[in-house]
Amino acid sequence: MDRLPTMIFKRLAFGVLTLVIISLIVFWGVEALPGDLAQTILGQAATEENTAALRAKLGLDQPAYVRYLDWLENVLTGNLGESLASGRPISELLSARLGNTFFLAGVSAVLAVPLALFLGVVSVLYRDRWVDKFISISTLSAISFPEFFIAYILILWFSVEYQIFPSFSRISPDMTLWSKLNAVALPALTLTLISVAHMMRLTRAAILNVISAPYIEMALLKGLSPWRIVVRHALPNALSPVINVIVMNLAFMIVGSVVIEVVFVYPGLGQLLVDAVSNRDVPVVQASVLIFASAYVSLNLLADVLSIVTNPKLRNPK
Amino acid sequence: MHNFWPALIRAPMSAKIGILIIAFNLLAAVFAPFIAPYGETQTVGAPWENGFWDASAPQHNPPTLLGTDHIGRDILTRLLYGARNTIGIALVTTFLAFAVGMSLGFLAATLRGWVDQVLSRSFEVIMAIPTLIFALMILSVLGTEIHVLIVVIALLDSTRVFRISRAIAMDVEIMEYVEVSKLRGEGLWWIIRREIMPNTLPPLVAEFGLRFCFVFLFIAALSFLGLGIQPPSADWGSMVRENAQGIAFGIVIPLIPAAAIAFLTVGVNLVVDWFLQLTSSIRPGR
Amino acid sequence: MSEPLLSMTNFVAEGYQDGQWKRIVDAASFSLNKGEVLGLIGESGAGKSTLGIAAMGHVRAGCRIAGGSIIFDGIDLIKAPEKQLRELRGSRIAYVAQSAAASFNPAHTIMQQVVEAPVVHGVMDLKSAEIKAKDLFKILQLPKPETFGNRYPHQVSGGQLQRAMVAMAMACSPDLIIFDEPTTALDVTTQIEVLGAIRAAIQAYNSAALYITHDLAVVSQIADRIMVLRHGREVETGEARQIIQNPKEEYTRALVSVHHGTAPKLVGLEQTANILDLKNLSASYGVGVKVLDDVSISIPKGRTVALVGESGSGKSTVARVIAGLLLANQGEIVFDGQSLTQSYKDRPDDILRRIQMIYQMPDVALNPRMKIRDVIGRPLEFYFDMAADAKERRVSELLLQIGLSDKYLDRYPSELSGGEKQRICIARALAAEPDIIVCDEITSALDPLVAEGILKLLQNLQDNLKVSYLFITHDLATVKAISDEIVVMHRGRVVEQGTRAQVLSPPHHSYTKLLLSSVPEMSPDWLTGVLRDRAAGG
Repeated sequence: MDRLPTMIFKRLAFGVLTLVIISLIVFWGVEALPGDLAQTILGQAATEENTAALRAKLGLDQPAYVRYLDWLENVLTGNLGESLASGRPISELLSARLGNTFFLAGVSAVLAVPLALFLGVVSVLYRDRWVDKFISISTLSAISFPEFFIAYILILWFSVEYQIFPSFSRISPDMTLWSKLNAVALPALTLTLISVAHMMRLTRAAILNVISAPYIEMALLKGLSPWRIVVRHALPNALSPVINVIVMNLAFMIVGSVVIEVVFVYPGLGQLLVDAVSNRDVPVVQASVLIFASAYVSLNLLADVLSIVTNPKLRNPK
Repeated sequence: MHNFWPALIRAPMSAKIGILIIAFNLLAAVFAPFIAPYGETQTVGAPWENGFWDASAPQHNPPTLLGTDHIGRDILTRLLYGARNTIGIALVTTFLAFAVGMSLGFLAATLRGWVDQVLSRSFEVIMAIPTLIFALMILSVLGTEIHVLIVVIALLDSTRVFRISRAIAMDVEIMEYVEVSKLRGEGLWWIIRREIMPNTLPPLVAEFGLRFCFVFLFIAALSFLGLGIQPPSADWGSMVRENAQGIAFGIVIPLIPAAAIAFLTVGVNLVVDWFLQLTSSIRPGR
Repeated sequence: MSEPLLSMTNFVAEGYQDGQWKRIVDAASFSLNKGEVLGLIGESGAGKSTLGIAAMGHVRAGCRIAGGSIIFDGIDLIKAPEKQLRELRGSRIAYVAQSAAASFNPAHTIMQQVVEAPVVHGVMDLKSAEIKAKDLFKILQLPKPETFGNRYPHQVSGGQLQRAMVAMAMACSPDLIIFDEPTTALDVTTQIEVLGAIRAAIQAYNSAALYITHDLAVVSQIADRIMVLRHGREVETGEARQIIQNPKEEYTRALVSVHHGTAPKLVGLEQTANILDLKNLSASYGVGVKVLDDVSISIPKGRTVALVGESGSGKSTVARVIAGLLLANQGEIVFDGQSLTQSYKDRPDDILRRIQMIYQMPDVALNPRMKIRDVIGRPLEFYFDMAADAKERRVSELLLQIGLSDKYLDRYPSELSGGEKQRICIARALAAEPDIIVCDEITSALDPLVAEGILKLLQNLQDNLKVSYLFITHDLATVKAISDEIVVMHRGRVVEQGTRAQVLSPPHHSYTKLLLSSVPEMSPDWLTGVLRDRAAGG
């Protein structure tokens, strides 16, 4: 009977399980370090004694599962440990940067989602004509291009040639919204171009799939206007896949911002992660990976749940 | 593909362009040491000298067609050697990913039962984690040696190969001609080799192209972040990174390796698109 | 006589295939008067669907109109602007498709979709459209007509949905309704209900109709006139009674005679030993619903046992249990006097060789990447270790036996027609020199004339090779044509079995009676008669 709640519950359970496994993998990442954390921290200065002392201080003498549970408890209460490189609490490092990354993703989403939907619908309406072919070739190219290629072309035009937007996206909390937007214009545009290509292609495929259904032909043969066919017959059925596409792309934007943040020296989470990996600042890597992965998993989860809820057949069970 | 050549002749312009691009890149990669005007790490002139497009650029013998990089090495030479490293490593990684992913995928599809359950569930979890983030974490622990890079990316990508090859093999496995062979008493190996393999090949070839693009862009991105192929070896991603500061002064040098990356992926995608259209009509099943 | 309602003159339509335009309808002409029903009949590829849909001024993607005219009530549908066509469609011309499940939008209730056309076209307001819809539900004998419309399409049965689609088409009381194979996807016992409902509804509203089907017996129940199409061309057109009883053209005669079956077999064959005995088999998929419940069937050597039933009767499950693909929970399979292990994996190669299967869809039963030479050659090599030249000779021999020739050796299955592919499947089974061949719906995917050829081939092979058949089918006409003995299955149980004469002549088990009486007969009065009998019988 109640298939819908069961399906949603199953999906949520799988999401939670995934998060637990991710936390295990992240925790295991430190375990797998050659030597251990104490040696890594002390580096060249490591001696028998001070290593043992640091081990005790970090709790490394405890069995692995105890440390995992301790660590998990700390993480859940917001205590992410300290950075090896700077010695500052990680939660402090993260909070501002996380906000910046979400800001960038948010601005890009506001640009990209309507544009992708519009292009998707246009290419379906003009299917196999030059408009569709042009959009198809451009999006194929955008998908094929590395992010930094698009970014540098934009810099060359908008920043060097015409000097409209800055090539370095410095951003700070005390800036006005307008100057913030000015600062993130180029990274947001880059992210938009890439995700529009993905979203538009998937939207086009989803709508085409619905349009080719016999009930659309039936609607046509009932003498309905194209507008009514699209709004009343195609849209309710295309909604589920399209929502799925959009939310999955939001997840993609948050993760895909890593390279773009580096190009524009944008103080986001991605930049932090890349720096931490270069410095082998493992606790910071752990924390950022955990946040990225959770955001990604949660958004994908949301996409799945939304597409279940908006599926007409599942909404009205037998 | 018993009628490959006629199909190639009838191929649309875009596919022919794609094939030319791929051939061009492969030739460059294979014959780099013979074509390159200079040595891989040889300094030729001043940093960021312009190439053929700027008549006032200083002259060298042989000429630096595409200019010089941030420490005065010949860009064309670095590009050719870079083709070797970047394409070579991406190819090896993709092959490795396919070897692992395809064998497990075929195994899961033919054996079914708990083998399939265990493999599918665990790969599903790994795929729930974004690849770049996962790779960064592992590389931060294991370091960025070339062989580590290849194995890590190959294993991460094999999850995707697993999913697609399992799905394709499943589609073929439920076909009645496979059932006929089973009922005849044929062994597992004969069935995989004669009945399943030939029918999964076309979609898997297309998938190979797509996965190659992904791996290739992925390695380029890692190198660009300074976490991939390490200097002084030339590779396209690092070349962009090394010359990146120039862009602020309007120097187009970093765009050259970036364009080379884009060029090859577009080429592969064009061929894949054509191939998918070509084989969609002879796919197994409905 | 007054102007016809619809007249089509020299209509030509083309379809885009393999890079060029090919004719699918070639100069078709007919006219249809008000209140008249014209049946369009033909095999697959005859162009009848294109023709039907063109009568609404529509062509599907990948097709185009290349000539001729279609005049509906003085309006040229080919030249008419889209807006004018839109006003006609749904209100004056309506369409009933083959698959109701696919043609109803899953996002809206049945009522919302039935009243949509009258409200949008301004024929009625919502309230009266709903009242009309409920009336139609009543005429079409749908359960609880007051509330039926509140349900979603996937919440009602296939036969009900098909009738709901008729209601949707009739919601505006159109002058013309196009029926495109509306009962083809249904079981015979459901088909007769839908057929009766359609006829009652057409008569109640005095609509004209184009009724498209491949089944001459079905169309003769409804149509006043019939037009026979083949390869996009008109073969002949005439009164329904004349076409059935006195066809002029060779092709039409062939179509009519298919249903009269082949000559009855010799009766009173001497008793022979059984090659296969199924004893008290029960089976289920997963845990839960039993698909086979205490099934016992015997197949004598050199005979044909027909296993007949509708979808869900468990008849195909019997084939899977015999083949060893599905394990029975209870019961025994005895083959040539010895008990068989249940799973095919535990059976020796020689047993596997002696039991062969042929499937419904030759498309998926042949590896598209294997040449015919290898398809037929492999069993020879596998079971008999034949050397290359001996194998080659034997493959050619088998090809001759199934009515094909050497030139097929190096072809791939995609280069063959449906009937040829099924013949190759038969040759592959014969190559193993089996004692029994299990034929699972092997003619259902084929056009009637092609199917008849396959049945004749099977009969010849049996006469020469003394092989036994278990012939699984839903089609009683096929059963009459080929069987020595008949087993009737219903919901996983055997309801009746015996020789053909016993099962086909009264007294019948009640389900067999229902089944037999539901098979359309080639007589325009059949439906009327059956419905009258059933009404009288309660």
